[in-house]
Amino acid sequence: MAKRIDVSGLTAYYGSHKAIEDISMTVEPRSVTAFIGPSGCGKSTFLRTLNRMHEVTSGGRVEGKVLLDDEDLYGHGIDPVSVRREVGMVFQRPNPFPTMSIFDNVAAGLRLNGSYKKSELSDIVEKSLKGANLWNEVKDRLNKPGSGLSGGQQQRLCIARAIAVEPNVLLMDEPCSALDPISTLAIEDLIGELKERFTIVIVTHNMQQAARVSDRTAFFNLAAVGQPGKLIEIDDTERIFSNPSVQATEDYISGRFG
Amino acid sequence: MSTAIVDKPSTLQGARLPKWAPYAIAGGSLALAIGIGLAAGLHSRVQWGLIAAILFVVGTYGIAARVEGTRQAKDRIATSLVWVSFLLAVVPLVSLVWVTVARGVKVLDVYFLTHSMGVVADTEPGGGIYAAILGSLEQVGLATLIAAPVGVLTAIYLVEYGRGNLSRAITFFVDVMTGIPSIVAGLFILSLMLMLDLEPFGFAGSLALAILMMPVVVRSTEEMLKLVPNELREASLALGVPKWRTILKVVLPTSIGGITTGIMLAIARIAGETAPVLLLVWGNPFINANPFEGAQASLPLYIYQQYANSAGSGAAYDRAWAASLTLIAFVMILNLVARGIARWKAPKTGR
Repeated sequence: MAKRIDVSGLTAYYGSHKAIEDISMTVEPRSVTAFIGPSGCGKSTFLRTLNRMHEVTSGGRVEGKVLLDDEDLYGHGIDPVSVRREVGMVFQRPNPFPTMSIFDNVAAGLRLNGSYKKSELSDIVEKSLKGANLWNEVKDRLNKPGSGLSGGQQQRLCIARAIAVEPNVLLMDEPCSALDPISTLAIEDLIGELKERFTIVIVTHNMQQAARVSDRTAFFNLAAVGQPGKLIEIDDTERIFSNPSVQATEDYISGRFG
Repeated sequence: MSTAIVDKPSTLQGARLPKWAPYAIAGGSLALAIGIGLAAGLHSRVQWGLIAAILFVVGTYGIAARVEGTRQAKDRIATSLVWVSFLLAVVPLVSLVWVTVARGVKVLDVYFLTHSMGVVADTEPGGGIYAAILGSLEQVGLATLIAAPVGVLTAIYLVEYGRGNLSRAITFFVDVMTGIPSIVAGLFILSLMLMLDLEPFGFAGSLALAILMMPVVVRSTEEMLKLVPNELREASLALGVPKWRTILKVVLPTSIGGITTGIMLAIARIAGETAPVLLLVWGNPFINANPFEGAQASLPLYIYQQYANSAGSGAAYDRAWAASLTLIAFVMILNLVARGIARWKAPKTGR
């Protein structure tokens, strides 16, 4: 299931503005990779290039290669729709579909793709909700609207929705920044369980969170406002937080940034 | 020490006019306005009302400024200006509805709604508006069938796909179309009709009405689609759902209530159009249920013809008023239906 991601020489633009420049890294399968760095350094932009969501923004375009187990996501004839089925995404703000019930939200990916058997659907929904640690809280009200859940439950609903289509990689863009500490803990525990099955990439502003959940950490930085963001270093999380090889990383982590 | 604090006048509490003061000032200025009107020999009630309104605003300011201070007086003058403008806006509306109901109910009954003029002369009592209702429903219905899909699809293109010059040109022409006078739309179809050598028929009116309806539908649908949060589109795309399915299954269901309301309001706007119907459908005292052949009747046209062709006959005037009441009721029912649909289809938030 889980696949390796190899990025080489990736540069992303918004129109004529260069957002990130020449990024190369490898994301190991069945592991959690965290992206940290100051606001505006291109973490989220880079994350969105990994499932071709970057080009949804008007003017967004990408140069370079992203290999998903040796297949170039930006290669000739690659359909972005099928890329996104392999590489799922969870967003910063919980965004369940407001017109759908909890059940329909989880089933949305399968239903909208038209690729499911009716008999399997409720099994998949149950499995996904259990996988997102939400089943016990919502099993009695699957037909209620998803927007009636609390923020933390909504975010886990969005995770259930993302894993229901069985992607190979799960991208998370600051999934806990809108949540309270208890919901954050629930999601972090969930990430620990999910990494048995998926390759997980998470963007976070919370350094403790990166240290807690991730196996490897990448530090992004930008030279100045308006300059493109760059990857400073990527290493095992333990090394990044104890003995980073670049001075800027240590300054950022210890709060002596800028 | 503590008594000294109690004795000191509070800086937070000032003198206030009692709660009944605005009513008293309103009553006083009304009485004074009637007095002035009678003394000056002004016959128009409208003049009396305007004098009362001015007296009320000035009086409120003067009294409040003396008792409460200038800041509160300015607050009160703003409040009373809002109230006076509200009343000025409501007076014509209420009087219009009042007069229409009062004069319309005279001949409005089941017989009137289910019979047509036929051979009844315009100057005689009797007859009804069945043919007109039927014609209106068919013409407006056909116009909606044309304009609603085209309008909604145009709006989807503009919001979801449109980039660059083409979408800017479409937006510009939609704006221009919004301003087309209804008679011009009628003349446009009339010129086609003359070129093809056709007799007046209901569908020609539908085409002109569709031209008038389309830009309204495009505008309102566009606004509703823009209200759908981008996060929902991204959530759907990130699940690997193609764009067209995202629009069909996520964007449209989220905004369907607002879109329906917009379409209903556009229908209400064209239901009262007279000019294109006059040019293209002509009117017909007999029942003609086929909108594709022969002259048809229509409610707004019926009202105009009863008024214009009856040489001052009271029976015709009564029929015109009753038809107006029917038309207003039709538009009002459409509005209520639109509100109902908007509420029913609104994204649910229940727990």
